[in-house]
Amino acid sequence: MYKIVTKKELAPKIKLFEVHAPEIAKKAKPGQFIILIVSEKGERIPLTIAGYNAEKGTITFVFNEVGKTTKQLGLLNEGDSILSITGPLGTPSEIRNFGKVLCVAGGVMIAPMLLQIKALRNAGNTIITIIGARIKELLFFEEEMRALSHNFYVATDDGSKGYKGLGFLKEVLEKEKVDRCITMGPVVMMQNVCEITKSFGIPTIVTLMPIMVDGMGMCGVCRVNVGGETKFACVDGPEFDGHKVDFDQLIKRQRLFLPEERLSSLLWEQLGGCRDGRK
Amino acid sequence: MAESKPKIKKEVVPMPKQRPEVRRRNFNEVALGYTEKQAIEEANRCLQCPKPQCVQGCPVEIDIPAFIRLIKEGKFDEAVKKIKEKNSLPAICGRVCPQEGQCQKFCVLGKVGDPVSIGRLERFVADWERAKGVAIPKLAPPTGKKVAIIGAGPAGLTAAADLAKLGHKVVIFEALHSPGGVLVYGIPEFRLPKSIVQAEVDYIQKLGVELRLGYLIGRIYTIPELLKDEGFDAVFIGTGAGLPRFMGIPGENLGGIYSANEFLIRVNLMKSYAFPEYDTPIRIGRHVAVIGGGNVAMDSARSALRLGAEEVCIVYRRSREEMPARREEIENAEEEGIICKFLANPTRFIGDDKGWVKQMECICMELGPPDESGRRRPIPIKGSEFLMDVDTVIVAIGRTPNPIIQRTTEGLKVTRWGTILADEKGKTSLEGVYAGGDIVTGEATVISAMGAGKKAARAIHEYLMGKNS
Repeated sequence: MYKIVTKKELAPKIKLFEVHAPEIAKKAKPGQFIILIVSEKGERIPLTIAGYNAEKGTITFVFNEVGKTTKQLGLLNEGDSILSITGPLGTPSEIRNFGKVLCVAGGVMIAPMLLQIKALRNAGNTIITIIGARIKELLFFEEEMRALSHNFYVATDDGSKGYKGLGFLKEVLEKEKVDRCITMGPVVMMQNVCEITKSFGIPTIVTLMPIMVDGMGMCGVCRVNVGGETKFACVDGPEFDGHKVDFDQLIKRQRLFLPEERLSSLLWEQLGGCRDGRK
Repeated sequence: MAESKPKIKKEVVPMPKQRPEVRRRNFNEVALGYTEKQAIEEANRCLQCPKPQCVQGCPVEIDIPAFIRLIKEGKFDEAVKKIKEKNSLPAICGRVCPQEGQCQKFCVLGKVGDPVSIGRLERFVADWERAKGVAIPKLAPPTGKKVAIIGAGPAGLTAAADLAKLGHKVVIFEALHSPGGVLVYGIPEFRLPKSIVQAEVDYIQKLGVELRLGYLIGRIYTIPELLKDEGFDAVFIGTGAGLPRFMGIPGENLGGIYSANEFLIRVNLMKSYAFPEYDTPIRIGRHVAVIGGGNVAMDSARSALRLGAEEVCIVYRRSREEMPARREEIENAEEEGIICKFLANPTRFIGDDKGWVKQMECICMELGPPDESGRRRPIPIKGSEFLMDVDTVIVAIGRTPNPIIQRTTEGLKVTRWGTILADEKGKTSLEGVYAGGDIVTGEATVISAMGAGKKAARAIHEYLMGKNS
């Protein structure tokens, strides 16, 4: 059992948990993820690690309450425990001095991006950061990101804060000579970023979190087509060369179980959606 | 006065089973097990050969005639003890071992009729003991040595039990949230109930073995870290078969196409058959095609049927004779209404506008001369392509070794297939590091993994005790 030490609501339905998991905290590196199970009958879901503190023995992750499991998770409070956490999983990010790095993050993935930026900055990189969300209310970590970045931009889908959409990225890249781009967030956002960076010839790393079951190289549901080859996001990734990823296929594969996910969530809410519903 | 020998019964005592028309829609165990009377009747068929041939077919060297004699005498308690001298998991072996190719293959009765059903007798005494309450054997005094076992599957559990009995402190690191390995994620409930695996795991824990779940070795600890920092004196790697193989044909990543591993993990480990009570979903269409001819293909096909598929078709590129699945399982599957389509191989999948598979194109095959596996090589017949309407496909054509340990253990020698290089005793290229089961041999059987676990346990024991002096 993994005890929740800190719980914060970063934005509506976006929550941060700091969890006691000393062995994972010692080993975790940027770019890795965990698989957690909330209850006995629960599913295994992957979440990107957003922080770790070996001395305190804790790891941090951020999630958006979109389905039954994340909604259940969101109901847990400080002092409650999570049934099972496995990690760290996946290949760690390559962190070294690349020169100037463009970091584009959206949605909940803003949280693990902060971890990347800290590591990249420590390695001596110049950091240009763009964070985005659908609407301004869903943005978070703005100040932390700004403080660590040499250049910092905000974008929203509706233009309620900062730039409207990612179109301005072209202008940024026309001004700045960027050596590497890393992007994490919704698949469509990463796809857009990749299209733009490709025209500038900037190596771009995407973090893929497709559907996973075991998350450690057994089931193959997380397979993605990268440069015409089938790769498994859980062991070969989660980071890949964004210019080689077949995003259209990835989007279709992410929606494979949408009707079941909706049913599960709806049924749970209808049945009370309360803490008693956990078991 | 010469005693006239009673006539030997040539036919095996049949195994009571659920009827096919009933069992094809439930996940309960198909074979129901012998009663005491049936077990004694079957045991009485054993000739108690002075030079028993059966034993040579047993990868874990069970004294088969001895345990059968004890069953004849009604001493079930002693019979199970006799088995457990060599095999810690008899309830599992009695169910999933391919005895027809092992001990029973050598039974002399097989020359005149059916061989003695050694597997069913093993299962009978194991079940008898479990119902009554399992006795814990005496353990050797503590040696003060600590062994890490990676993977709680058949190889790891066997090695753990043997090492614990020898007095070593044993810790099993299992990556999944539930112990048993392929016994829980792979083999379905109707062939091996999870409660039986759990009972065997409980037994091993009662031997003092510590079980740590959710530990993926290679990530949380590397093998050198286990040896240097975590205080282990030896490590056994029993991580099993890994990533699913795909065919590399167009459309393979469409929705509705599962690897057998994914399909079985969802159904068995995550209990998707009870979705939405359990959270992990599975979607089964009306027309299911299973690609492959092994036991995993049979398990997948029979599970799909039980999940409500209208029609399940196994598509295999060779003919019935070359099928690697156990005869018994092929018969069970066919009795349940599963169709086998031989000498056909998929060439591409066709999807609908939502990205789900709707058709599978296959090509007909003919058999050429034998290949390196000794089986006749399937050769495509030009222009013989045909379409099948399918909405679910399960690809059961094998697995490749999981690469995580190999990638994170410097100096560990690996074969060109990605399996770990180990000698007969399980010794790898690194001192104190042993390996066995599918991670060494590539995909094989539960019992061969157990045999490997056993041999490695012996070698580890010798290594640890030798280190002392």
